[in-house]
Amino acid sequence: MSLLQVDDLHVTVDGKLILKGLTLTIEAGEVHAIMGPNGSGKSTLANVLAGRPGFEITSGTVNFEGVDLTPLEPHQRAHAGMFLAFQYPIEIPGVSNMEFLKAANDSQRAAAGLEARSAVEFMKSVRTLAESLDLNPDFLKRGVNEGFSGGERKRNEILQMLMLEPKLAVLDETDSGLDIDALQTVANGINRYHNSGNAVLLITHYQRLLNYVVPDQVHVLADGRILESGDRRLAEKLEAEGYAWVTA
Amino acid sequence: MSDSPLDIVSQEYEAGFVTDIESETLPPGLDEGVVKFISAKNHEPSWLTEWRLDAYRKWRDMPAPVWAHVNFSPIDYETISYYSAPKSQTDGPQSLEDVDPELLRTYEKLGIPLHEQETLAGVVKQRPNVAVDVVFDSVSITTTFKDKLAEAGVVFCSISEAIKSHPELVKRYLGSVVPRQDNFYAALNSAVFSDGSFVYIPEGVRCPMELSTYFRINAQNTGQFERTLIIAEEGAYVSYLEGCTAPMRDEHQLHAAVVELVALKDAEIKYSTVQNWYPGDKDGKGGIFNFVTKRGACIGERSKISWTQVETGSAITWKYPSVVLRGAGSVGEFYSVALTNNYQQADTGTKMIHLGPNTKSTIISKGISAGHSQNSYRGLVRTSPAARGARNYTQCDSLLIGGKSGAHTFPYIENKSATAIIEHEATTSKVSEDQMFLCQQRGIDAEKAVSMIVNGFCKDVFRELPMEFAVEAGKLLEVSLEGAVG
Ligand SMILES: Nc1ncnc2c1ncn2[C@@H]1O[C@H](COP(=O)(O)OP(=O)(O)OP(=O)(O)O)[C@@H](O)[C@H]1O
Ligand SMILES: [Mg+2]
Repeated sequence: MSLLQVDDLHVTVDGKLILKGLTLTIEAGEVHAIMGPNGSGKSTLANVLAGRPGFEITSGTVNFEGVDLTPLEPHQRAHAGMFLAFQYPIEIPGVSNMEFLKAANDSQRAAAGLEARSAVEFMKSVRTLAESLDLNPDFLKRGVNEGFSGGERKRNEILQMLMLEPKLAVLDETDSGLDIDALQTVANGINRYHNSGNAVLLITHYQRLLNYVVPDQVHVLADGRILESGDRRLAEKLEAEGYAWVTA
Repeated sequence: MSDSPLDIVSQEYEAGFVTDIESETLPPGLDEGVVKFISAKNHEPSWLTEWRLDAYRKWRDMPAPVWAHVNFSPIDYETISYYSAPKSQTDGPQSLEDVDPELLRTYEKLGIPLHEQETLAGVVKQRPNVAVDVVFDSVSITTTFKDKLAEAGVVFCSISEAIKSHPELVKRYLGSVVPRQDNFYAALNSAVFSDGSFVYIPEGVRCPMELSTYFRINAQNTGQFERTLIIAEEGAYVSYLEGCTAPMRDEHQLHAAVVELVALKDAEIKYSTVQNWYPGDKDGKGGIFNFVTKRGACIGERSKISWTQVETGSAITWKYPSVVLRGAGSVGEFYSVALTNNYQQADTGTKMIHLGPNTKSTIISKGISAGHSQNSYRGLVRTSPAARGARNYTQCDSLLIGGKSGAHTFPYIENKSATAIIEHEATTSKVSEDQMFLCQQRGIDAEKAVSMIVNGFCKDVFRELPMEFAVEAGKLLEVSLEGAVG
């Protein structure tokens, strides 16, 4: 049984067909990268997997560890182990990062029948994680992404991933807008998270990140479909030649 | 057992039980005889009886105010009973032994232990540093930690007791901040108030503990008209908190309180309210009408009064805690969270009246409307010509949940001081779908997500509450928002 199995997926947004028969299989232990032109449907795929309202599946299936995801609410999908790092992380004013992380962790543990972790122990482990991502622990007291720079927001997404330890982490352009050191930091974070029991789906425009986080497979998503798949050499070819040859 | 008076909410409206005790209740209706009866019950001096009668006569000739942004059918004041007291309290010295055991159990249910010995012995959990005065229907039941407060020279008792023990203070200050004819509900209160709290902090004394009054309406068809008077002498400091609950009843009940605060030179009074009166059911049936006049007078130089309120209850709230800034350099603050859900209506805000030079005021108001509710902020900032260099900063934020509620802002500015600086900022926002989705994606369900986002929205106000109450206020919002999404 695959971790994620997407078959012939068709999705409309506001009545407009965006995904037009997308098929993708991800096994536990793998790293996949999806590349593709702007507007091709990459974020749409990520949002559909996470269950964002407004995305309608008109045909096709999405199975997660053999379970149909489509009837599940977003928070239930999160409990099942689905994580989405947002392309544009937003602010929640007044809700501190620490409070937010604790609430997320408590809900996920409760759903798994586990007791909440003690506040002291939890805060300590979050602080350690934050430091490993070069996020000053003071960030944890500030509102979620409140006044964060673009790069800080991206690192904050990785912090949430490391803390929640999902089964599948879909990272939507987490590498965009990072400086050279931050890219390295984020890559280290992803590698630290990744193990044989989970998987990563990287959505990216640059093969730079793939130098640090080595993908098992690279896919080209164009016009709502996966048109080409290969190993990491495909990313290099795309970087050199662009998408014209795929979509031609 | 919960560990504090206000930690009484977990789901629905948990404070909604009725206590079955024998009480002495006056038949409905109001005339001079009723006013005299109440005054006689309290063994009041004749000046006070006259004072009440004068208020009654003024009230009789006043029309009920209609300007608030609230809607309700006129109240028939002849159907309300103006006095109800637990029976065993009616005569003689009042100690806990005389109190109906059923009543004691009520307070236990609410998490308010009244036996200090037990508290001290650790039998019952209570905040170590809060003295509690309890007002049940119209009568003050007991005040805890009196001795410890007396050591510091602090007087904390029911107003009926203060009328006997400190008549000169009561005579001097009662009605000095809110005159009898101030408004319709204040006049009614002045005529028929039966009890409430009295606080006196002597010169230079910092009150050694938080003071708290807990109001409970129990009896049916009874109005509650409590009267609170707090006086802080030169250089004194006190932090005071009131909490309120009521049983769930199908008919509306009237609550018309008056609170007066007096701060002398360099004194500071911090007054916090967590109001959780029964709001009515989800179809708008029943609930308390909360028509309250609260005002503080900063008489002395550099004195300071701050009002912090968290309003989640009542079917209708009509309430404008205000500060009259007379002393040079005195400071007034108003921090408010008003949450309305279902068919609740709130028209609340403040008045900052700048009379003295270099007076300052800050207004932070957070209104949250969910369901079919209507939530209005109404605020007045007035400066007199003498208020040279006066400053006001007002920030007024509204948050809407769902598409059927309303938020309204009515700021009034009357500036007669050429050198005053008055700033006003207002925002209206919605709980965004993106924020909701972010929370849900991390595993937090919709209901919890809304309450977290709303709590974040209120943070600037919660910060002003005494620590332990801030947590409770957060929980209260969570409960009050139940059913607001989905
Ligand atoms: N509400 C909407 N109504 C109509 N079209 C929409 C709506 N939302 C998204 N789209 C369209 O769907 C298409 C796919 O968008 P998506 O965000 O998935 O692209 P992407 O591959 O992630 O692009 P990028 O690389 O720029 O992030 C775009 O053409 C976009 O304009
Ligand atoms: Mg995108």
